[in-house]
Amino acid sequence: MEFVRQEAPYLTPKVDVASIMLQVLVALVPAALAHVWYFGPGIIFNLIVATAVCVGSEALMMRLRGRDPMVALSDYTAIVTAVLLAFALPSLTPWWVTATGSLFAIVVAKHLYGGIGFNVFNPAMAGYVVILVAFPMEMNLWVAPRMGDIDYVSLGVLQTIKYTLTGSLPEALTFDAVSRATPLDAMQSGLRNMRTYSEIRANPMMGDFGGRGWEWLGNFFAIGGSWLLVRKIIRWQIPTGVLLGLLIPAGLMYIISPGSNASPGFHLFSGATILCAFFIATDPVSAATSPKGRFYYGLGIGVLIFAIRKWGSYADGVAFAVLLMNMAAPAIDYLTRPRIVGHSRRGDEI
Amino acid sequence: MSAPTYDLGKLHGGLRLEARKRQSTESPIVQVPVPGQLVLPITQHAGDPAQPIVGIGERVLKGQLIAETPGSLSAPVHASSSGKIVAIEPWPVSSRFGQKAPCIIIECDGEDRPIEAVEEAPAYDSLAPEVLLARILRGGIVGLGGAVFPTAQKLMQAVTCDIEYLILNGVECEPYISCDDMLMREYAREVLGGAQILLHALEIDTCFVVVESDKPEALHRLGEVLAELDDDRLVLKLVPTIYPSGGEDQLVQLVANREVPSGGLPTDVGCLVQNVGTAAAIYDWIFHNEPLISRVTTVTGNGVARPVNVEARLGTTVANIVAHIGGYTEDAKQLVIGGPMTGKSVTTDSVPLVKASNCILVISERRDGGAEMPCIRCGDCAAVCPVQLLPQQLFWYACADNEAKLRSHGLTDCIECGCCDLVCPSHIPLTFDFRMAKARIRELADEKARAERARQRFEARNERLEKEREEREAELAQQKEDAKKAGADAIAEIMKRRQQKDEED
Repeated sequence: MEFVRQEAPYLTPKVDVASIMLQVLVALVPAALAHVWYFGPGIIFNLIVATAVCVGSEALMMRLRGRDPMVALSDYTAIVTAVLLAFALPSLTPWWVTATGSLFAIVVAKHLYGGIGFNVFNPAMAGYVVILVAFPMEMNLWVAPRMGDIDYVSLGVLQTIKYTLTGSLPEALTFDAVSRATPLDAMQSGLRNMRTYSEIRANPMMGDFGGRGWEWLGNFFAIGGSWLLVRKIIRWQIPTGVLLGLLIPAGLMYIISPGSNASPGFHLFSGATILCAFFIATDPVSAATSPKGRFYYGLGIGVLIFAIRKWGSYADGVAFAVLLMNMAAPAIDYLTRPRIVGHSRRGDEI
Repeated sequence: MSAPTYDLGKLHGGLRLEARKRQSTESPIVQVPVPGQLVLPITQHAGDPAQPIVGIGERVLKGQLIAETPGSLSAPVHASSSGKIVAIEPWPVSSRFGQKAPCIIIECDGEDRPIEAVEEAPAYDSLAPEVLLARILRGGIVGLGGAVFPTAQKLMQAVTCDIEYLILNGVECEPYISCDDMLMREYAREVLGGAQILLHALEIDTCFVVVESDKPEALHRLGEVLAELDDDRLVLKLVPTIYPSGGEDQLVQLVANREVPSGGLPTDVGCLVQNVGTAAAIYDWIFHNEPLISRVTTVTGNGVARPVNVEARLGTTVANIVAHIGGYTEDAKQLVIGGPMTGKSVTTDSVPLVKASNCILVISERRDGGAEMPCIRCGDCAAVCPVQLLPQQLFWYACADNEAKLRSHGLTDCIECGCCDLVCPSHIPLTFDFRMAKARIRELADEKARAERARQRFEARNERLEKEREEREAELAQQKEDAKKAGADAIAEIMKRRQQKDEED
């Protein structure tokens, strides 16, 4: 009898990239619902625009590169990029801003570097930084979160759609009426204007740790992220590194001068800290890849986030921190190779 | 009954694989009758081929030596049954490259007449270790775990080292394979008796008999026999069921908590590992004068009607064995000799059962679930690598053919266990790629060595030519000098003569 020939091992792998990406998307569902609850339906439209542009440009780039578009589309990585970008955007963002970021993420940061597996930079963060620099005004329009007891002006579904499509608010409203400084913004400018931490915290927008609403969003990211940890889709090194990298310097500064520094808890629950720790910094392609290297990679991101928040000109520093550490990843990997069994620490044969 | 101990070293990574062993362990070992024809490859071991010492047409008896060692690293081959040699010719065998190899083909007479023992063996414990080793060499015994290293030579190397522990490997960590499990259940006396012989040969007094935690019946049976033997040199050890804890170096790490140095052997850290089947084979040879002519093997997978362990004569074809236990199912698409992680895929079932064949696995084709995708550097491969390599980086360097980086990242330390393949979400055939990269590195090294030899030859030739030229020049100069001298003398002579003549005139 005749048989086919294959190469060992003969067992079928149980995992694939598509299922990993799908689980990442599932892990973001709680945070997406929370986002809608606190910041209105804006994120839904951002998600739609970002996904459409990312998927479209992924297909286009694959065709231009002479490959089968379905191969790239069926791994869902373009959708993950789109979703992460959408989470980073203010809930009210005109469609062309979202589209520009998505286009840059997929076309330049991903495919011009060789597509999945070869991108040096985190595509979502590269796209985010481009629109942050190109559209500073639009990227600053954060609406106030729902708080229950304090009523801010908020936009309805139709008004949100109209703003997304045209970039103009309903006639009676001004930008100042709908937008609010983010807690990080308020903290940074407050501290720089020589107000004390406790004074700034007295503002009713502040919650238990970070800003009200914002800190709850962080919890939902943490829930999704923990699920990914349990599923071993991500490993503990990068999230731990990011959080320690941010909390240790923040803690030290807070101990030294509690009046002129935000508390570690505030840093933890503000801005994109937790989103970054579990979902952005953990993008495997652009991160360091050795187990120890990942910890240092995360640590570097955490320290940079702190440095940018404390001394930089942007209120949050996640995107810049991630991109800077992307550049350092190959060097980190080289320096943190594990000791091979049967070799001495220095790599000689024992 | 001595209780098994658990104090263990640590193994990095590894996988908990679905065992799939139960299906083949439910009934006892089935004896496969001697077939009409036996196909015995002259290379069933690591090392050089054995040299046939029988001619075509010659009658042979069961257990008769038919191919002997050439004196180097090798093992002899014995006739598995009585009959007539009908051919010595290339035949398909289970090798990674699917080629044929020279085999001695015996047409059996069905009588299965054994050869009379040439030597009445005295009790093994009265023999000097070197005499015992020489005797083991003549039994044709090789490592039955799959690596088929000639056992006698392995022992001879070991006695030159400072050995502390003999480790009897009953771990059998690959899925599907259960031949060692069944062997330990049914031949526990032989296994432990073999261990005693090995201890005597090595002149040491600690043997760890290591069994995986998923083999309670084997463990129980070994414990019973151990209680009868009352030999406190033999210690049962239980290890967790993690693939690939049964690899030689991994087992040393786990049991003795010592790392085998890169490129070295377990004997470098005072350990010698032998498979339980090898120990039983040694027992049969020493006590019953029966050389290695049969073995227990697992026939399993969804491609066979009745998965079971069989004991068959070496040289019986896979087709014969499978037919005896009830044939194939319609899922029989792929035939693997060995386990599902490291076995060799063969295209025909006319390959014979050889000393290395611990499993005959008949399965449906592996579903590749879509084509190979680019590496996303998730690092899951590094998490499971038992040698703590970074397969994701090795893969990168293998694609770039970067030999220096491949070496510094430990490609040659890869044990090809296949763990990384199984966890790769991009379905990259990493183990295959690494095997290819290793072959390329070997090729490059060969090429370098060849180039170096050519350079040396070239230089030697130039030197020789230069020397010859110098010698020739020196000779010429000498001749010239001589001629000059001779010329001067001759002229002087002529002048003298002429003067004389003038004077005479």
